[in-house]
This record gives sequence, C-alpha cells and structure tokens, in this order.
Amino acid sequence: MTNRQIVIPGEEIAKGNDFLPGENTEKRGNSIIALKYGLLEESNKLVRIIPLSGAYQARRGNSVIGKVVMITFNGWVIDIGASDTAFLSLMEVPRFVNKDGLEEVMEIGDMVIAKIWAINKRGIDLSIKQRGLGKIDEGIIIKINSNKVPRVIGKEGSMIKMVKDETGCNITVGQNGTIWIKGDKVENEIFAKRAIEFIESKSYISGLTDEVAKWFKENKK
Amino acid sequence: MKEFIRDDGRKFDEIRPMKAKVGVVPNADGSAMFQFGDTIAIASVFGPKKMHPQHSQDPEKGTLRCNYNMFSFSVEDRIRPGPSRRSTEISKITEWALEPVLMIDSFPNQVIDVHIHIIQASASTRCAGINAAAMALAHAGIPMKDMVSSISVGKIDKQLIVDVNKYEDSVFKEGEGATDIPFTFTHDGKITHLQLDGKISKEDFKTVMNLAKEGAKKVYEVQKQALKDSIEGKE
Repeated sequence: MTNRQIVIPGEEIAKGNDFLPGENTEKRGNSIIALKYGLLEESNKLVRIIPLSGAYQARRGNSVIGKVVMITFNGWVIDIGASDTAFLSLMEVPRFVNKDGLEEVMEIGDMVIAKIWAINKRGIDLSIKQRGLGKIDEGIIIKINSNKVPRVIGKEGSMIKMVKDETGCNITVGQNGTIWIKGDKVENEIFAKRAIEFIESKSYISGLTDEVAKWFKENKK
Repeated sequence: MKEFIRDDGRKFDEIRPMKAKVGVVPNADGSAMFQFGDTIAIASVFGPKKMHPQHSQDPEKGTLRCNYNMFSFSVEDRIRPGPSRRSTEISKITEWALEPVLMIDSFPNQVIDVHIHIIQASASTRCAGINAAAMALAHAGIPMKDMVSSISVGKIDKQLIVDVNKYEDSVFKEGEGATDIPFTFTHDGKITHLQLDGKISKEDFKTVMNLAKEGAKKVYEVQKQALKDSIEGKE
C-alpha cells in the first residue's frame, strides 16, 4: 500500500490485521475494502478515504454561504447546496424585527454567511450569532466543488492568505464551496476569481502553493 | 476446427474496443461515459437530494431513481423521442442492477437521480448504461460496497459470442436464431442482473456464465483505470 493512492469502491486496500479501517472503509473478512472513490490516506495504522468529488455533505460547525430561497413567518429558508435545505431562525437576528417585516432584513435571493449550528431530522439549522456572519452586501460569489475547499484554504490558511495578499481582496470561503470575494475594484475581484479557478483545476498537484505563487508571478500585470 | 470470425472481424470472446471517461458532465455531481465500439452511454448523477414529492420519501433508506433514454439520432432509423415501454423497462432494470451495491441506507428521505443517455447505439446499450452509471455513482461520492460491470453474451445459431453488436442482436436470423443475455457482476463475481432474450440450453448456459465473468473482468479494468486516471490525469 502506497500513500496518496486513488481507490475505487470495492477495491481491497490492505490485507491482514496491520491496519485499522477508518472513514469510508470497511473490514470484510481479512481485508480492508474501500467504500468510496477518492484519495487513500494512512496515518498511525488507520486508513481512510478522502472523497475528491461529489455533492456537499453538511457537517455541524461548518461555515457556509447560502442563498435565501424562501421566507417563512419565523425565519428564512436558505439553500446551501446540501441535500437538506437549511433554516435560519428569526431569533438569530440581534435586533427587533417586525413579524411582517422579515424582507427588510433579508430578501429572497440575498446571500448570507452562516454557521451550521445543528443537523437534525427536520433539516439543518443555521446561526449568524458570530462575528463575520450575516448578510452579504457586495462583491462577487463563485462556486467550486466543496471537496476542493481544503486545497483552496491550504495548510493553516496559507493558500487563501496568498490569494488575499496578491489581489488585495477580502475572501471568505464557505465549506460548501461557495466563495465570496470582495475587493475595492472589480478587476481585482475577477483576478482573485481566476486565481481560485486555477487552484481548483490544479488541486491534485503536490506543492500547489509554489505552483500558485508562480502563477501569480506570470499573471500579475 | 477453423476459428469462428464474426461479421465485424472479432473472435467469439473478443469485446469491442472499450473506452471510459469520468467527469464528462460539469454540472452533475458525478458523471461518466462508457463506450463499447459504436455504443456510447453517458451517465450523470444528481444527488443525494431531498425526495419530492414528500409522499414518495422513504424514512428508512434512500431511493435510487434511474432514467434511461435513447436519443432519437442514436440509431440509423430515427426513433421517437421520449419515454417508451422499452426505456421504462431498462430504467427499472438498471436500478435493480445497481441497488445491491449502493449503500443507500445512509440517505433517508433522499433520492439519487441517475440519468443515462445513449448517444449512439449498436446493441448492448443497457450494459454500457449500467457501466457508465456505476462509474458516475462512484464519481458522485456515493458509498458503494463494490463496483458493478455489465457485459452481454449472445448466441447466434450455435455459436456463443461475447459483447453482442447490432447485427448479431437484431439482424441475424439464421438457424436457431439469435439469443442475447445481458449480465451485471460485482467485481468479486456476484450477479446483480441477468436477462435472457431468446433460447439457451442448460449446458450452453454454463459456458455463457464463464464467458460473461471473463468479459466483466475486462470491463472492470477499464472502469477502474478511467476512475483512477480522472484524478492523476489532471496533473
């Protein structure tokens, strides 16, 4: 078994009892079988598979960017690209809101940054009771595959910091793959968008940070 | 005995050149193309997403919904577009072929939509469709116990053949006539789907099983390679 190898469902990853089955794997008889398509990772004798494609799976604690799709009498229904729709309660808004004036806070089509506060049978509950969360007023929104978000952020935020520094834009990456770019000039926003699209297309390369640094050198006017 | 050569020059157990590609539909959550010679299928997966209407939701497990469609220009004589008796049947068959390997229990109240389009047809379209769908489901990140590979075995007069083409499927009429047996196997050799169109003797069927198993192995290798290349190839 070599590290950083692509596996497909049903493929035997390891034989015998030297390894423990982790996320997206299963012990079947005397071997460990892959249950998902993705990248194999082994650490401390634990093997797991990191999916590289597919739809966004919501997790508690994720910061996401979504769109208001419906207004109910006590909150907003938000589309965050997950299989369940998410709900943002009126209680989350810190000031007094008239029950028939929910549109004044957020209208249908508005984008909002929120945190997944709970996932239950009825759906996903969102919260905006933290700094940096809430309605987005200006800037541009782009979408990437949610599985590539870790690559766009980089180790301890190194990648996104570089994009921010190079373009002078403020960038917020939602775990669901929606990205908000806000700069003082549209040209800079579009430049940041191109940089992120470049990172997404090259997301399988090791040493991606250097590659992106090179890209900036070549493309910066 | 002289070796049997088919109308397109293949040996009896030779599969038409296969080609597979993953990620062909950018807007889908997962997609794949699978090709047997002149038969080309494109599968795209959407979901898991919430099942609508609500009364169709299953709170115990998710639902797999397949839709097989042949484009009107996929065959020589234009076919009427839209659902037909045949396409409805193949959609259902595809669901049954894929469901045993899909770990669908983890998606209660949700649905996984699989759309299969045949853009060019020369028999064995359901096999190409199932192969493409299995790859697309893996690409969509759906947990699966195993991959499935589908292959058709046929009999023209007394000769057994692997991977039936259009001539052998619908034109051949001599002697005992033509038989078409599509199979779907998991990669460890279990059958998830088997159909029979025509007649076959008990003795012949044993040989057919072995031929199909061998064929499915070759299909699996193509699928596996395509899935692996789709990531490494981007470098």
